Amino acid sequence: MTQEAKKEKKFTMTLPADELMACGHLACQGCGATLAMRYMLKALGQKTVLCIPACCWAVIDGPYPYSSMDVPVYHCAFETAASTATGVKAGLEMTGDAETTVVAWGGDGGTFDIGIQALSGAAERNEDIIYVCYDNEAYMNTGIQRSSATPYGAWTTTTPVKHFKNRPKKDIVAIMAAHRIPYLATASVAYPEDFVKKMNKAKGIRGTRFFHVYAPCPTGWKSRPEDTIKLARMAVQNGYFPLIEIENGEKTTVNMLIKQRKPVDEYLRLQGRFRHLQPEQVAAIQAEIETRWERLLKAAA
Amino acid sequence: MRPKKAPKIVFKSPDDMPTMICSVGHQTHNLTGAWRNIRPEVDRAKCLKCGMCWKFCPEPAIEVIDEWPVVDYDYCKGCGICAVECPSKCIVMVEERR
Repeated sequence: MTQEAKKEKKFTMTLPADELMACGHLACQGCGATLAMRYMLKALGQKTVLCIPACCWAVIDGPYPYSSMDVPVYHCAFETAASTATGVKAGLEMTGDAETTVVAWGGDGGTFDIGIQALSGAAERNEDIIYVCYDNEAYMNTGIQRSSATPYGAWTTTTPVKHFKNRPKKDIVAIMAAHRIPYLATASVAYPEDFVKKMNKAKGIRGTRFFHVYAPCPTGWKSRPEDTIKLARMAVQNGYFPLIEIENGEKTTVNMLIKQRKPVDEYLRLQGRFRHLQPEQVAAIQAEIETRWERLLKAAA
Repeated sequence: MRPKKAPKIVFKSPDDMPTMICSVGHQTHNLTGAWRNIRPEVDRAKCLKCGMCWKFCPEPAIEVIDEWPVVDYDYCKGCGICAVECPSKCIVMVEERR
């Protein structure tokens, strides 16, 4: 391409251009959670209210009186993300505002462990909220403690190398699917177009909508900050984190059907938290991925 | 659009504080560029304008000015995602000089 033609060429933007998340936030270098927030706000737009429990984002947002978002943010207690969002939605409806989207935005600790009863209650009542769980697989904000989202074999400060986590990750997608909510999806920060598409779809649906977003954390995973997107992409391509949608707890769609799944070994080797794993433990992780995929394909068929 | 480099807010007395808990300013006074050890530099000769750097910047510190990606060094934390994701490798990370 000549220089002249290049000057004329438009910059390719595959996502909405609006930037509702401002610079100057307090996230670590290469944070996956900020990317998840950025894509979500791009999809939902200005008419959004966020309810954020204690999680990384409670800090990233900035201290009072600042905020790094162009939308209203409500900081709530750790276990109450879903119930706070329920209350905010009820309040908005009382004032006659039916179009504002209320989003509860929790980390994996506030969703898998501490917030699960509020989330389960809201899902059972089918409240008109979007619940987004950005999953960085431990309590990263308080200093990398084990959560029930931590995968098998991972190091954290409470599961040191000698006693690494010996239990598999909790299957939150199956738990939420069992609530028969109208819409449930998984997304990854490495596939923002897919994330924005799902978010736009969820915006048009009434009822509880749940998102499980995979957001790598370089600090807690002991990986290099520049590998954030690479890790998220690898997790999808080796079948560790499948991109799926489940409607009404029944209709399962696999968005990215990967026929030739890459070995999980390469993904594990990029992260310091899996450095101690022996080949037989890696093989066990690989075997679990295969079983999960078989189960998923059976559900989607 | 967001205000560029919003000022820092100082409350001189408790009466200055708003009675309702709401954010009254942007976090943009916090110039996170000081965290950086390595800085990304865009080589326009090799740039394909594919939008990958803009898409994957977690700050977001990459702005689009006159259809070119421009790094805002006031906020870029130097994570290097743009350099890894750039398909034509037109972004290189060079050591920060101070």
